[in-house]
Amino acid sequence: MREVPGFLAGSTGGFVEVARRTNQRKKRLTAALFGAVLALLAISSTGVANADEIGTDEYEYVFSGNVKYNSQPLEDVLVKLEGNGYDAEVETDAEGKWKIGVPEKAEYTITIDESTLPTGVIVADDDASGASKKAEFGLTKNKSVNFFLGQGVRETTSLLDQIGERVVNGLNFGLMLALAAIGVSLVFGTTGLSNFAHSEMVTFGALAALTLGGTAYFGWPMLVAIPIAVLLSAAFGLGLDVVLWRPLRRKGIGIVQLMIVSIGLSLALRYIFAYFYPGGTQQLPGSGAGKIELFGSISLTWIDIASMATSIVVLAAVAFWLLKTRVGKATRAISDNASLAAASGIDVDRVVRYVWILGAALAGLSGILWAYFRPGVKWDMGTGILLLIFAAVTLGGLGTAFGALVGSLVVGMLVEVSTLIIPSDLKYVGALVVLILVLLVRPQGILGRRERIG
Amino acid sequence: MDWFQILNNTAAFIIAPETIAYALAAIGLSVHFGFTGLLNFGQAGFMALGAYGYAISILSFGLPWWVGIIIGILAAVIFAILLGIPTLRLRADYLAIVTIAAAEILRLLFTTQVFDEYTNSADGLGNYHAGFRAANPLQFEGTAGFGPWVYNANDWWVRVFGILLVVVAALIVFLLMRSPWGRVLKGIREDEDAVRALGKNVFAYKMQSLIIGGVFGALGGVVLALPSAVTPSVYVTSLTFFLYTILLLGGAATIFGPIVGSVIFWVLSAFISNVLPQLLEADLLPFMTDVQVPAVRFILVGIALMLIVIFRPQGIFGNKKELTFVK
Repeated sequence: MREVPGFLAGSTGGFVEVARRTNQRKKRLTAALFGAVLALLAISSTGVANADEIGTDEYEYVFSGNVKYNSQPLEDVLVKLEGNGYDAEVETDAEGKWKIGVPEKAEYTITIDESTLPTGVIVADDDASGASKKAEFGLTKNKSVNFFLGQGVRETTSLLDQIGERVVNGLNFGLMLALAAIGVSLVFGTTGLSNFAHSEMVTFGALAALTLGGTAYFGWPMLVAIPIAVLLSAAFGLGLDVVLWRPLRRKGIGIVQLMIVSIGLSLALRYIFAYFYPGGTQQLPGSGAGKIELFGSISLTWIDIASMATSIVVLAAVAFWLLKTRVGKATRAISDNASLAAASGIDVDRVVRYVWILGAALAGLSGILWAYFRPGVKWDMGTGILLLIFAAVTLGGLGTAFGALVGSLVVGMLVEVSTLIIPSDLKYVGALVVLILVLLVRPQGILGRRERIG
Repeated sequence: MDWFQILNNTAAFIIAPETIAYALAAIGLSVHFGFTGLLNFGQAGFMALGAYGYAISILSFGLPWWVGIIIGILAAVIFAILLGIPTLRLRADYLAIVTIAAAEILRLLFTTQVFDEYTNSADGLGNYHAGFRAANPLQFEGTAGFGPWVYNANDWWVRVFGILLVVVAALIVFLLMRSPWGRVLKGIREDEDAVRALGKNVFAYKMQSLIIGGVFGALGGVVLALPSAVTPSVYVTSLTFFLYTILLLGGAATIFGPIVGSVIFWVLSAFISNVLPQLLEADLLPFMTDVQVPAVRFILVGIALMLIVIFRPQGIFGNKKELTFVK
């Protein structure tokens, strides 16, 4: 789960940050009263960069600006910069000036914290979206970014709106998790294997989409690249079953042994991905699209909407497959009792093969969608959500596909909504604690049956 | 190609602190998995508790170094009890998922900004060496040793101390496993219900096993922390998987298996990381670049783990009759 920072970039909880800032402002007020020396002390004790320049010594690319309202410079306005995995914040000096050095010549988002502006003053810049502006360097290493300030009433996000936003994000994330979790659950149900290499199937889908659609590689249109990437994932699942899992089943290897084999496979595949796609996070084409305002404060990119729609349609199709088709029914029969299913004439081996193909295709699709959500593709991205997938599957009841769906939605919501209360770098902890508590109280999960715990 | 240098660097890993630390943690895992059949996938968490317990006691509370080690051990004992209560009654793979989740929770807690004051978050801790080095009985100037093993007094002290711990740990496990208590553990591994039918409290035995193995894990974490620093990114799930590779390589239900496994693991990976860059420099690997080198050894670890489990599950020293994969 080393990818946590990148994954959080789009969804840092506003709650904690706001609290910290008001605290800081209180400290500043006292500081003004007790003179310059105390001011320095108070500022250094807050531990937040409070100079008018930051990063200008380390980095050669520098953004600068001058914050003025009616030609009067504004002091102590908080300016935040974010982008390319880097973030910094700085406060304006007595002349309203600020400077931020950045590591790379790239596009960054610069935001003025409106709560630090005088009452009644807001960012009223036509080029800015809200209080943020995107900025890029031209031919030089310096770029000045200024905001036009005007009178107005500040738009604040109420707690209710924040919850709404988190719930929608959580739903999106939960649906993605569900796609991956159904594969884990079906494989466990039919073969008894807790597949640790499932995370690599997730990564595989994202990497396949990147290779086919990424501008640095084949550069096919994404509408073609994504379906082919999902097909490749399905083929990958089939290949793994033919080469590895079926021979091992034939050999009659125990489930604990199989589990450790899947761990070895996970390590090997992950570093094979690292071998061919070394380096940092790469973006799929089309990620970072603009947001569309929906009802209330909820705004989503069209990719978010398409992603949720895709997940829902695919999940519905899987449900139909499980409930209505012959193979789907056979799958559930095997999950219930493999020997009985085999005795009543079901070709267990063939069904398990379908399960691997389906599971891998769903995992690949989930990887592609997740690459848009995080955002980015990296060789170890799947490892970051493996435990969340396991948490979802266990929560819903090991081996039941519909349990995996319910569990995923709960885990997705929990991860996103919990950031309102806990710091965002601990957001996975909530889901993992719930996993342990569920096993303590109801080991068979929400939809599982008692007999499964053994 | 400088073969002398390659072999020198490789041989140094026979007694490197990493080798010793992994051996200790793998001994702990052999108690869990090899002798009791417990699928503990959270050994990285026990190691993290040892390392952080040691470093935080010294840095934040100013305790002597040996008290730091005891606190690391106590933290592991408490962690084992907390983990064991809900999970030891459940099936093996549930224990695996819970322990892996618990170890991740610990790592996230050590990484978060919230406890920055104590853990220094993602940057980790350092500069807690004064007490341990002052207790060094080997006082000499400059370096000493022979062949590839030439170190200064501090580095020797870390190695000697670590090797002593490994010897003591191996001796304890040896004595425990030939005692009646150890035979009950093996009985639980083979058939839990049969042992229960004999009137033994299986849960209590499993808990004792979890605690003892966890303490060895914590000592491994301490040894890993002794020479340099503690960083949270070390204690990831992969660390536990490497320990399983080591354990299965040597033989899960053996005394020397974990130690030999760790030496083989580190010597081979040091050899690969030393020989590949040189082959690259000599243009012998046209299909590979610098950035790809680190990945190769992990690919090999993964493949090795699969092959061992499939073809020689008893490991190098193991006895085929004493397989740990019963169910």
